[in-house]
Amino acid sequence: VTIDVVLCVPSCDGPIRKAFEVTGVTPAVASTGRLNEVAALEPADGFSGAVINASAFPFSEAMNLCRQLRARERGTGPIILLVDHYQLDDLTFREDLFDDFVVGPFDVSELATRLRHRLRRAGNETVAPRIEHGGLSMNLETYQASIAGRVMDLTYMEYELLRFLATNPNRVFTRETLLSRVWGYEYYGGARTVDVHVRRLRAKLGEENANLIQTVRSVGYKFGTNGERVSD
Amino acid sequence: MQSQAQYVLRTVEERGVRFVQLWFTDVLGRHKAFHVTPAELEDALDQGMTFDGSAIDGFSRTQESDVLARPDLTTFQLLPWYEEGAGVARVFCDINNIDGSPFEGCPRQQLRHVLDDAHRQGYNFFVAPEVEYFYFEDLDPTRPPRPIDHGSYFDLLPDDVGSQLRRRTVLTLEEMGIGVEHAQHEDAPGQHEIDLRYTDALTMADTVMSVRHVVKELARQSGVSASFMPKPIAHVPGSGMHTHLSLWRDDQNAFIGDGQYGLSDVAMKFIAGLVHLAPEITAVTNQWVNSYKRLVPGDEAPVGAGWARYDAAALVRIPSVKPGRIDSTRVEYRSPDSAANPYLAFAVILAAGLRGVSGDYELPGEGERTAPLPESLSQALDLMEDSKLLHETLGAHQVEWFLRNKRAEWDAYREQVTAFELERYLPLL
Repeated sequence: VTIDVVLCVPSCDGPIRKAFEVTGVTPAVASTGRLNEVAALEPADGFSGAVINASAFPFSEAMNLCRQLRARERGTGPIILLVDHYQLDDLTFREDLFDDFVVGPFDVSELATRLRHRLRRAGNETVAPRIEHGGLSMNLETYQASIAGRVMDLTYMEYELLRFLATNPNRVFTRETLLSRVWGYEYYGGARTVDVHVRRLRAKLGEENANLIQTVRSVGYKFGTNGERVSD
Repeated sequence: MQSQAQYVLRTVEERGVRFVQLWFTDVLGRHKAFHVTPAELEDALDQGMTFDGSAIDGFSRTQESDVLARPDLTTFQLLPWYEEGAGVARVFCDINNIDGSPFEGCPRQQLRHVLDDAHRQGYNFFVAPEVEYFYFEDLDPTRPPRPIDHGSYFDLLPDDVGSQLRRRTVLTLEEMGIGVEHAQHEDAPGQHEIDLRYTDALTMADTVMSVRHVVKELARQSGVSASFMPKPIAHVPGSGMHTHLSLWRDDQNAFIGDGQYGLSDVAMKFIAGLVHLAPEITAVTNQWVNSYKRLVPGDEAPVGAGWARYDAAALVRIPSVKPGRIDSTRVEYRSPDSAANPYLAFAVILAAGLRGVSGDYELPGEGERTAPLPESLSQALDLMEDSKLLHETLGAHQVEWFLRNKRAEWDAYREQVTAFELERYLPLL
């Protein structure tokens, strides 16, 4: 699985969280702009980028973090700054500290588009928003999924469920969590809807790959072929 | 919702979809569709498609006849039997008035309405129908239909066209994400059954429409024909749609309890509602003149209102639950036929059961027959006319239209002199 880890300061909620989900990148959330805290979160192959919400913590601290990230030997990838409208003037003469900026109130589509665009422009090959696992391949940009080279025809909710599970491999999710994270609204079936969709996904994955989505008895589901295989 | 539209549009682009079929269903359960090109799709998704409802049975009204078909984007699905690169997809639609309010003649919205009611009471409604149908050599109405094989229950025949077709149909359904519990040869020659895995009732009503379409389409491709007519051949069993039902509350099966057969109080009242109200909802679950040729004694089809665990001819049956599968506790409602409008059938079945729950209906004794089911469409319509439940569930507009349409059907039937009469009376009288 090639998922990019993008630094997110000082929090990752609401539209920002949603934009990360839509883009298929994983946020590493640092609650302050202190470099120590940031460095502790850094994955082995580095951050792919950073989203710094300067409207949510002291502006000077935000600028300081940008500067420190820029000064590091190891790159951080593109820095996207989130600002309030009144902060725009403060960006003057600081253009070198960030690669792009978004003005609040933050729109999920705009954030996601800029994030994707900047990651792509950074020329990082691994950034292509794609999930690969076993025979499964999901292109998060074109919304197309294929299994063992065969294109899967998915409904929107099936696609979203598969993307969510595949983005978080080997983690067990309860039906309730999946319902609230993937559906996000009341659905006629309640949590049993999740079972129905998992079954459909397994049917579409085909017999050989149906075990990509595993039932964890009396808990929920997880994605991945690692560990003990639990049959349904 | 916006990202759903995006998903649909992008998929259409990526997969080379040439047409998107906007599916909807008229009051009598007949499948209707618009075909839009990708160029028109964005508008159709955004604003819906306006059309003149007076052309559709049960959609016509006196004043405003224009209605709006709104695609339900969660149902967007490529149809697997079209070629790659020249793809066709479908999406189910709700029918709205021009002002955006739900149109009272739209069966899908009426089912939604009943499901919303149930939801407010804390219940989710799951259904799993067993759909029966026949494969015939053709559908020439001038002679009796000829089944394409002569098998019976569970027969493992040498690989005949019917079994091949059924297998291909099941695989196609699975590709469309429709879970099939199992499929088998049924009792009568040429008769097959596909048992669907439970889903919520709205999804399942859509699914039943899809299944009928896929069965017919694949039969056509193989040069034979499929029919969901309730009783196409005299003296052999007709095609039913036995429907397994369960209510869920807080993601617990609300039918599980300490009562007889492991049933809860809610389950008993639900069954009581079904048994008491079955005669009046039969016009909806069995809506054709021909439906009542199936509901005759001796064929394992129900003819009276009652419930039982083992009696194969009972209207409501309580299937045994396998050890360790207590969640599959359910009741089976056995009168509906495969030619019912699934939206309206599920709506009135749920409404009847819930009426039993909210009205504290008392469950009659096992095996007791509380009332006969109507013996003809005409009797069923009379019961419908007086049914408070149906007026409340379907609305006066719908009931009135339905009665008018169906009485006309009955009158046309009454005018016929049948083969039965000629055979019996002509030489004698």
